[in-house]
Amino acid sequence: MSRIFSGGDIVFILLATRWTVLLSMIAFTGGAALGLMVALGRVSPRLPVRFASATYIRLFQNTPLLMQLFLVYFGVGIAGINIDPLAAASAGLILNAAAFLGEIWRGCIEAIPKGQDEAGQALALSSWQRMRLIILPQALRIAVAPTVGFLVQIVKNTSLASIIGFTELTRSGQITNNATFRPFLIFGIVALLYFIQCWPLSLWSRRLELRLGAGGRGR
Amino acid sequence: MTYVFQFGDVWRNIDELMWGALLTVGLSLGALACGLVLATLSAYARMTWPRFARPVVGAYVEAIRNTPLLVQVFLIFFGLPATGLRMSADQAALLALSVNFGAYATEILRSGFESVPAGQVEAGLALGLRRWQVFVKIELFQALRVVFPALSSQFVLLLLGSSIVSAIAARELTAAANDIQSRTFRSFEVYLVVTGFYFVIASIFSGFLGALDRLVFRRQDRLKGAS
Repeated sequence: MSRIFSGGDIVFILLATRWTVLLSMIAFTGGAALGLMVALGRVSPRLPVRFASATYIRLFQNTPLLMQLFLVYFGVGIAGINIDPLAAASAGLILNAAAFLGEIWRGCIEAIPKGQDEAGQALALSSWQRMRLIILPQALRIAVAPTVGFLVQIVKNTSLASIIGFTELTRSGQITNNATFRPFLIFGIVALLYFIQCWPLSLWSRRLELRLGAGGRGR
Repeated sequence: MTYVFQFGDVWRNIDELMWGALLTVGLSLGALACGLVLATLSAYARMTWPRFARPVVGAYVEAIRNTPLLVQVFLIFFGLPATGLRMSADQAALLALSVNFGAYATEILRSGFESVPAGQVEAGLALGLRRWQVFVKIELFQALRVVFPALSSQFVLLLLGSSIVSAIAARELTAAANDIQSRTFRSFEVYLVVTGFYFVIASIFSGFLGALDRLVFRRQDRLKGAS
């Protein structure tokens, strides 16, 4: 016998949303830090570094995120370390986001004209100085729009944490639905809550893209 | 504690995994076909419907692109039967993946259609073709040509994303892995092998689609370059 869907259930779902937000933030900050290294490795002058970085991206972009989460979750488990679902989900999402952000940012770095780097060489700047002072600041400008776009992806990806048992937004919906059986209403609310987080980011990303396109041609 | 990897249980059930892989490919191709039809119709509607009706397509695209596939799967599998529409997990999975892919493909196709000069449509109409004939004979091929690489990578994402439908126990590769895992308790080994399966399938398809792109769409580029 199922109970009636009530205000308490809505509060439960609303409160679970904060875990989705938190998980997204963790995935993005961690993924950005690791992703920057992946991107830099991808354009490194040293072949082994380039190869390792490319392999990392290839592996993570050609396997399902769900499998990556399972492997982290069960993999850390068999290493004898007890891992809670939040830590496993965070680790999996960070590793995944790093691969995608690394590939996005590699494109941005490579979009900076070669002459910029050569001018830096002529000024006797070291390769690290050229990257830090000349390439990255300019690449950053191009990178903002696609990065914000990828944020949408990250928020949506956190829903998979529910499958390894972390109670975020989607899982709270499942739990509520199991008790009250109002699937259309409950998952409708859940979908709406995701939409509220993602849509502004989508719009922002599109605006940034347009502005960058206009700015680039104007100058 | 040291862990001993035991892949024996995985190899003993390799048939189930192979079958699951086949179902994953079938499911993805099915969703690709349905999604492309849906996307083509949406793109057509967006260009030809009266102006006030066009936001319907936009709403569909935005709603799908800004919510997780997993929630869409739940909404369709648990939600639709509550309104009287009964379906199996497999049907719900196919429907969810098609609707999802359709939205992304609509957006991709849109950029393709925007690349076809308006003058060509006007020329077609001036020659007495109907609007849908112009759409099929003039716009569609050229649009596909522009967006084929983007559609290809979206298809690979669909292929990988299809693992999500295991959450409603639709039959495919990840569900097969879950099944074996629950019987043998060799979770890590099973998922490692299955991850390898996905990697191989995804690599084969991206290679194949890349070759197809060069063969069908880029040959003209080369011919133009040669002349």
